[in-house]
Amino acid sequence: MEELLQVKELRKTFQLTAKQQKLENTKEKVKVAVDGLSFTAYKGEVFGLLGPNGAGKTTTLRMLATLIKPDSGDAILDGASIVSQPEIVRSKIGFLTSELKLEDFFTPNYQYDFFSGLYGVDPQIAAARKKELFERFGIDKFAEVKYGNLSTGMKQKVSLVVSLVHDPDVVIFDEPTNGLDVLTAKVVTDFLLDLKSRGKSIIVSTHIFSLIEKVCDRVGIVIAGKMVECGTLGEICGEKTLEDRFFEIYEEKVGRIDE
Amino acid sequence: MNNIITIIKKELARFFGDRRLVFTTIIMPGLLIYLMYSLMGEGMMKQMTTPKDYVSKIYAYNMPAEMKDLFAPVKAEWTTWDGNASDKDRVLKEIADGEMDLLVCFPDNFLETVQTYQNSDGSAPQVELYYSSEKSNSLTAYNQINAMLDAWEEQMTNKFDVNRAEGRFGDYDQASETGMIGKLLSGLLPMLIMTFIFSGCSGVAPESIAGEKERGTIATLLVTPVKRSALALGKVISLSIIALMAGVSSFIGTILSLPKMMGDEVDINIVSYDMSDYLLLFAVIISTVFVIVSIISIISANSKSVKEATTMMAPFMIAIMLVSILPMLGVDVGGKAAYAIPLFNSVKTMSGIFGFSTNLPMAIMTIGVNVVATCVLVVVLTKMFDSENVMFGK
Repeated sequence: MEELLQVKELRKTFQLTAKQQKLENTKEKVKVAVDGLSFTAYKGEVFGLLGPNGAGKTTTLRMLATLIKPDSGDAILDGASIVSQPEIVRSKIGFLTSELKLEDFFTPNYQYDFFSGLYGVDPQIAAARKKELFERFGIDKFAEVKYGNLSTGMKQKVSLVVSLVHDPDVVIFDEPTNGLDVLTAKVVTDFLLDLKSRGKSIIVSTHIFSLIEKVCDRVGIVIAGKMVECGTLGEICGEKTLEDRFFEIYEEKVGRIDE
Repeated sequence: MNNIITIIKKELARFFGDRRLVFTTIIMPGLLIYLMYSLMGEGMMKQMTTPKDYVSKIYAYNMPAEMKDLFAPVKAEWTTWDGNASDKDRVLKEIADGEMDLLVCFPDNFLETVQTYQNSDGSAPQVELYYSSEKSNSLTAYNQINAMLDAWEEQMTNKFDVNRAEGRFGDYDQASETGMIGKLLSGLLPMLIMTFIFSGCSGVAPESIAGEKERGTIATLLVTPVKRSALALGKVISLSIIALMAGVSSFIGTILSLPKMMGDEVDINIVSYDMSDYLLLFAVIISTVFVIVSIISIISANSKSVKEATTMMAPFMIAIMLVSILPMLGVDVGGKAAYAIPLFNSVKTMSGIFGFSTNLPMAIMTIGVNVVATCVLVVVLTKMFDSENVMFGK
């Protein structure tokens, strides 16, 4: 398989304020969020990052999306470095995370056109694609309703659609079904599978085992900023379920969960 | 370039799509200034001046008949008072209440005493004028009678006059009326314009940058392939357009209310500037708007919330006020070197234009310095958009 993403020894630390030190009950002034993380994802596959909260999944994806810079290490995405060619990387990816918000004031219609413009999408292609995506997600009925007045599920759908205005070959989703009702979560999951069927490369972070099992070809288990296991579900789990295997690994690396 | 235009369009759509924002930022300031200054001016004029056809009501005690001729030019209704001590309180109360305007008391044998008075004996006869300085009619009557008495006294001991009759070479005061008004406007208008530009910028810039950070929408922009410099320029240009419109609204409000604020003393209509003055002024204002918007944008980008940005802007506002008030105080600081200081140069140049003493090379230098300052500030803003600590720091 052709390599899509090569993550090499990514490391990211954050300075802790006195307040954060107190909250995290630590005297360390620096928190290591991602600690020498490496993995490879291939074109056309869905690669999942699985880990508990605070494991460094979101930080890793934020670095891959070039929102933040790594302290050291690099990642080469479709031939472009996230460190030295961030603008090229940004033009190649679609990034969806709950951190990215849309203006409450604008309608889905306006938001789509605005981001299409920023990505330099041909207006005719953008219009045809908008029609297709809006119909698929049921946004067309709310196209002229201000984003702030939409339901949480509809907002997530609009965010999803807007992140894909440029029809990117690489899609990065951070906890895509987090906080969604079951119906909207299913729509999003189905869409991930649809993207996969159309040959898109997807990197998704989640702590939901069922989502990984349903959509991912390969998975990397991240604990405390480190990649502790990486491979296909069969390679990682063997005969066990992903959930059982995950807790087994977790207890091996960190200790008993109830401690 | 396309992305800069897309960002500008979005910022303007955001602003003009919100009727409340348009009203509070553009329409309301001009309207409020016009109404406030007009009402203030009219109120002040009413308090400070007496209508031209007003007839003063004056009590006269012991006034020699000859003095009536002296006071003939004063439009007054004279009432003779007999000086009855028991009636004193009533008379003074009438003056205090504004029912009467003045009480003029002459000493006994006033005219004879004045004729025989020698400077050396130190006991000049005293004319007493009772009035109320809080009543404009009373104050006017007091000033008129006092001035006439002073003039009459000077006439008696006259040895020579200064500028009494028409000068053989024309007017004594070589200042033109236009120049006087220009001097007044050169002190006042730069301060007002700077204030209006600042208030226009401060109304929208925090919302556009700190607001986007606060709401998390800036991250959505930062994840697109748009260059940070395009984002910074798009924000600065769009905010400048809005700030300029807000400034123009306030400026129109001020100009329309200025005649009412200054009363009949100043006829603004006699001030006429050339088209070149207006063009130069416009260029200076535009370059000033860019500098102020860039600085506020940087303050805003460095703040975590709109509230914090608004608070952080206070020292900058004080600095602008201080710089703007210097021409009004007649203080000329720094000479030509001051034209190298952004914003301060704007105030000096605008003051020169309004005072009919435009220094073209210095005005061009002002615009150049402001443009260079804007470029530097936009680079700083670009770096800030690229800094995760600034954009996402907790």
